[in-house]
Amino acid sequence: MKRAESRRDVVLEIPARADYLELVRAVVAAAAHVDPGFGDDRIEDLRLAVSEATTNAIRAHASLGSDNRIRVRCNVDDDRIEVQVQDRGPGFDPGEIPELPSIDDPARLLWESGLGLPLMRQLTDESEWESDDEGTLVRLVVYTRSFLRD
Amino acid sequence: MNLGIDVQRRDPWVVLTPLGDLDMGSAPAVRQAIVGAIAAGDTRLVIDLGSVDFIDSVGLGVIIGARRRARSNGGDVVLARLTESTRQVFALVELDQIFDVTLDVDRAVGQPT
Repeated sequence: MKRAESRRDVVLEIPARADYLELVRAVVAAAAHVDPGFGDDRIEDLRLAVSEATTNAIRAHASLGSDNRIRVRCNVDDDRIEVQVQDRGPGFDPGEIPELPSIDDPARLLWESGLGLPLMRQLTDESEWESDDEGTLVRLVVYTRSFLRD
Repeated sequence: MNLGIDVQRRDPWVVLTPLGDLDMGSAPAVRQAIVGAIAAGDTRLVIDLGSVDFIDSVGLGVIIGARRRARSNGGDVVLARLTESTRQVFALVELDQIFDVTLDVDRAVGQPT
């Protein structure tokens, strides 16, 4: 769900190139560190999840040969961090992504791609995809451990 | 830069050591080194992940592909020196159940061939 930009947002717009991934990870981690309530493990989870979303966005732009920038918006609140990754790629139907085969299934060893979505789902407390033919918005949320305990 | 790979021969193994983050940016160089080694007949590979602090799904895909290519050519892949963060990513998608993992490279190259 789209949310109005707030004064606490950190917004980054990057060219759709893999050599900007490290910058995205660094900015997200730095933004999360502003709030001491987030442990390093939660920040690591979010760093990887956002990197996965941005990788997919870069691929989406590459598939169109698009020069548009990818927008990464990070909002740190008292108990949660929300990151949105917006691309202008061709979009996809999240419901059509095949399920990851069981680890016992020999087909699983042929899955050299397609691990990004399962990782994003596992690493975050909320993950959501909105996609149409004008692009995809990925929303990833991580809560503090103390919030999840209460 | 998040790029680079060191390649050393430890007969009959070849030890590949990616240096830095293993992501979409660095994966092509790592994949090329793996494909090159296997094409040259070096199908027993140790992938030393001791210098990799960050790995994503693209990096995992490269390692899955290395195992598939090596095994289809009569060889294998052993992983060595996983950092804690890398080990956790493997565990999240259960790949820790599939790969042979050793604590150090010497132990990996000492494995029976």
